Amino acid sequence: MRAQRPYSKRMNVITVTNLTKRYDATLAVDGVSFDVAAGGTLGLLGGNGAGKTTTIAMLLGLLIPTAGEITILGHNMARDRFAALARMNFSSPYVSLPGRLSVRENLQVYGHLYSVRGIAARIAELARELDLEALLERPAGALSAGQKTRVALAKSLINRPDVLLLDEPTASLDPDTADLVRSWLERYRAETGCTILLASHNMAEVERLCSDVVMLKKGRIVDRGTPADLLERYGRDDLEQVFLDIARDRGIQEVAI
Amino acid sequence: MISAMRDSGERIWGLMFRHIALYRGSWPRLIELAYWPILQMCIWGFTANFLASRIGSTAAFAGGALLGGVLLWEVALRSQMGLSVSFLEEIWSRNLGHVFVSPLRPLEMVVALVAMSMLRMLAGLVPAIVLAWVLYAFNLFAIGPVLVLFFANLMIMGWAVALAVISLILRHGAGAEALAWSVLFGLTPFCAVFYPVSILPHGAREIAFIVPGSHVFEGMRTMMLEGVIDWGELGWAFGLNLIWLAGAAFIFRQQFQVARTRGALIAIGE
Repeated sequence: MRAQRPYSKRMNVITVTNLTKRYDATLAVDGVSFDVAAGGTLGLLGGNGAGKTTTIAMLLGLLIPTAGEITILGHNMARDRFAALARMNFSSPYVSLPGRLSVRENLQVYGHLYSVRGIAARIAELARELDLEALLERPAGALSAGQKTRVALAKSLINRPDVLLLDEPTASLDPDTADLVRSWLERYRAETGCTILLASHNMAEVERLCSDVVMLKKGRIVDRGTPADLLERYGRDDLEQVFLDIARDRGIQEVAI
Repeated sequence: MISAMRDSGERIWGLMFRHIALYRGSWPRLIELAYWPILQMCIWGFTANFLASRIGSTAAFAGGALLGGVLLWEVALRSQMGLSVSFLEEIWSRNLGHVFVSPLRPLEMVVALVAMSMLRMLAGLVPAIVLAWVLYAFNLFAIGPVLVLFFANLMIMGWAVALAVISLILRHGAGAEALAWSVLFGLTPFCAVFYPVSILPHGAREIAFIVPGSHVFEGMRTMMLEGVIDWGELGWAFGLNLIWLAGAAFIFRQQFQVARTRGALIAIGE
């Protein structure tokens, strides 16, 4: 792993301004703005249909926004997304890797797509760190859900990204493996200064990994802050209660009563 | 500049490697590539032999034209299917989301798929060409070096049609995937693979004129019958292919943007 930060801590690596996505009559994302500082981890939280996946898809350039602007690593994603994409990566349990290819072949493919130098060594390094050595020659489609999640994480780290977008990174993992993955992500961020945007329904994970949280509901940001800020504001002991308060429209004052 | 070109080449190779690895690990897929061209060649070869034994030398030429037509038609068909099916493989494996968020440019993806379609076409066609020579003493290469130009034109036509098919898949989702197998068959009558364009009725003849393949097959028959290269037909084939390819590239680019606007790249295949 690299030891240097790609940016100074004060710089915003991700800047999202007034991001909007409309599908005909449906407003999926409605004027969302946020920044993520270098080395920070932002948790994107919200119930189903809140706009998390749509926001991530726009950040990755898979989806063209109806309005608004996204800048990642200094590149405007509308005009210059490939320069940013080379230094980003992404993992989601909802997107698969080719199941008939072995784990090693899959990682080789993405090593080439991201122009990684020394692909074999990088694969060996990731296999060792994510406990994938025994799985390398197995077809990706024959793995258990938890193993697939670890392989997807390895794929997302193949290019040593400066920006990592993770959608449910520990979905389907048993508590022990999930904990290992979280520890690994914490270490990776500490050692590389990688900036992470994380969408998760696991509130314990968000509390542990995220420096900031954005709460989305019906495509709009309804609250934001550090996990500690949110707990204090809502008078709760854990983020899950805060999540439920927001999801069920229990406002701050109502909760306080 | 050199570094950017090297990275681009590596990305293209990355996507090619993904498909090569798929075939390397699956002998049924490899056999499937050659199965249909060999079957076609056998059927038309025996037909040609039968005609030659009953009618004589005129049928011998017709038999040669039939076999040449079958083999060259497979060039167009395999090129088109090779490109379309390679794209569909990404949809079937739900891998498009990963591919499109990598630094791979759409043009690089097309180049990789074109290269794969060439490999698939050769893997399917070479056994059929060899078998035609062994079984029927039909040597496709006797047409001469101009064969390369016939091949090139038919491949380009196949790629243009494949890009249009991919555009339709981007537009209408995996529901349009049946077109990957069927669309070129719809052009067969107008390509005049087994008969001269002059046989076609009025109206169909005009359509045939704007299909690049028809000029290739006219050129092939002229070469086999008179032993001369019809540069006029080849010129038309190349000119039309340029227009077809430019049109298909425009449609692909436009539909790719539409897919990014509608969110189809996230949902495609589901």
